[in-house]
Amino acid sequence: MSDPMTTRIAARFAALKAEGRPALVTFITAGDPDAETSLGILKTLPGAGADIIELGIPFTDPMADGPAIQAAGLRALKGGQTLAKTLAMVKMFRVEDDATPIVLMGYYNPIYVYGVDRFLADALAAGVDGLIIVDLPPEEDDELCLPALKAGIDFIRLATPTTDEHRLPVVLRNTAGFVYYVSITGITGSATPDADVVGKAVTRIKAHTPLPVAVGFGVKTPEQAKAIAAGADGVVVGSALVEAVRRTLDESGAATANTVPAVEALVEGLAAAVRSVRR
Amino acid sequence: MLNSYRTGPDDRGHFGIHGGRFVAETLMPLILELEAAYTAAKADPAYQAEMDSYLAHYVGRPSPLYFAERLTEHLGGAKIYLKREELNHTGSHKVNNVLGQILLARRMGKTRIIAETGAGQHGVATATLCARFGLPCVVYMGAVDVERQAPNVFRMKLLGAEVVPVQSGSKTLKDAMNEALRDWVTNVSDTFYCIGTVAGPHPYPGMVRDFQSIIGRETRSQMMEMEGRLPDTLVAAVGGGSNAMGLFHEFLDEPSVEIFGVEAAGRGIETGEHAAAIIGGQPGVLHGNRTYLLMDGDGQIKEAHSISAGLDYPGIGPEHSWLNDVGRVKYIPCTDQEALDAFQLLTKLEGIIPALESAHAVAKAIELAPQRPKDQVMVVNLSGRGDKDVPQVAEILGTSL
Repeated sequence: MSDPMTTRIAARFAALKAEGRPALVTFITAGDPDAETSLGILKTLPGAGADIIELGIPFTDPMADGPAIQAAGLRALKGGQTLAKTLAMVKMFRVEDDATPIVLMGYYNPIYVYGVDRFLADALAAGVDGLIIVDLPPEEDDELCLPALKAGIDFIRLATPTTDEHRLPVVLRNTAGFVYYVSITGITGSATPDADVVGKAVTRIKAHTPLPVAVGFGVKTPEQAKAIAAGADGVVVGSALVEAVRRTLDESGAATANTVPAVEALVEGLAAAVRSVRR
Repeated sequence: MLNSYRTGPDDRGHFGIHGGRFVAETLMPLILELEAAYTAAKADPAYQAEMDSYLAHYVGRPSPLYFAERLTEHLGGAKIYLKREELNHTGSHKVNNVLGQILLARRMGKTRIIAETGAGQHGVATATLCARFGLPCVVYMGAVDVERQAPNVFRMKLLGAEVVPVQSGSKTLKDAMNEALRDWVTNVSDTFYCIGTVAGPHPYPGMVRDFQSIIGRETRSQMMEMEGRLPDTLVAAVGGGSNAMGLFHEFLDEPSVEIFGVEAAGRGIETGEHAAAIIGGQPGVLHGNRTYLLMDGDGQIKEAHSISAGLDYPGIGPEHSWLNDVGRVKYIPCTDQEALDAFQLLTKLEGIIPALESAHAVAKAIELAPQRPKDQVMVVNLSGRGDKDVPQVAEILGTSL
């Protein structure tokens, strides 16, 4: 198992704790709309104020995602994105940035087909810090979670409104890095979470674990991000960012000169809101 | 050698390497609740009695086992019997499973039913039982399937169901299942997801198989009555594989019974345009289970192709994948054209219009029966009736209705 003090995720949360503010976690889909533009977006994120980056692994059948991230994944796949290219993208990012944590988020099948051992070795070499794999609950920990922890990659679990007191310890047992609280019952980018309800849920989770808790699903605007971040260690924004990508594409679906700046501007706005939260 | 082929799944839902529970955390408590409820129901004689009563008086079971005399004479080989699941209420085997799940949903206090459908047979069966029990019903159906199965879409609407055309992905059955899962993850407290085949996360594959196993149990006793012995060969079409598991399960431990699952080979396995997950795919993880899937080298799911909307799915139930791996069932391909020819031949010789799904099984019986002696007996699962396919077949044959 990895030493929690040496990982980029632990170091980043420790630094933010010292600063007394929550983290802005940004999600983009790798390869959306093409590999080069996507790398361009990735590189601008830390400067725009992203503290942690979730990089979506495109998949044809993302059963927990709403229309925005579904469409982003299909754009990326149409542009020829593969898991190997996503890992290469992380490697290129790491040339310039060795501090910002990168968490790959997606579904199990592309990793299973790539081969778990080969994937973990390549992900570690590329500079991946954590994994969020939506369709691997604790009941399937043997598949990837335990091998990942052994390899030194954090396996970040989703806790949800349906995760009750009885189940929460099961969910937290092999979780590392941080806990991702899914703020709503639903798919990404759908309903808007109630900040009060979410704050109570985060408090409940923190009673069971020393890990930071980040909250995502349905957070779209700087105001919402600020409200959610006030009651958590971090807030995740995803669908709004991939929507910003989509809005800048030309008629053929190709990136334009506005694509990278549009995402950058949105992240700057979100970061300003999240950074205004002090505790 | 295994002692028995009938003990699966294990307590984690595995059939060999296949099966499992690959779902989002939001759904995990729900499928654990379902598993507990199903285990309790199975042990409750009142549940079984309720089911038996509806099976007899509402579904119309037992379904006949019919000696297809003219087809047998025409082929000149093994005697062919048809298990007449198409005579069930709603016109296919799907109702057997839906009845079990709806009665379970009622026990669990669930008040809203969702389902996915390909050809519309499962959707119609679900809409029917929901009408019978006064439950609101939402059926997800790929937009492409809505187009090619118009009669069933209208039936579902008549029955009071809301039919949601799914525009995402390939707009067929797999996308309908994605959308149903997205609904379930959103409406966790009141909604019961009625899966139509022996796939999905544990406990669905084993549970749906249990509900369909009545097909094989009836076949055994009817065959004993009519022929005084077990059949030599079983043939059933496999999409997700529920009619096939229903027929096969009873006979898995009978070594004398040879078993064939027929996969949809579409325009031919070699063209890549097919729906044969075992023959043309490899193990992967989709829709809650590990099983054979059609996919590319990056693990992206490929679109399936079949003339039959009910077989047009890039996966297959995990128990079939395991039965393939251990060699108990042989999975063989059947092209669109072979199914279309069988559709017409059975109609002309026996006066029975099979569903295009079932026509795949008939086609392989046509191929296999002449290779077997006349004293052998073959059972073909006629899983559905073909009325719904008449407009599509007319169009293919160049007749405008």
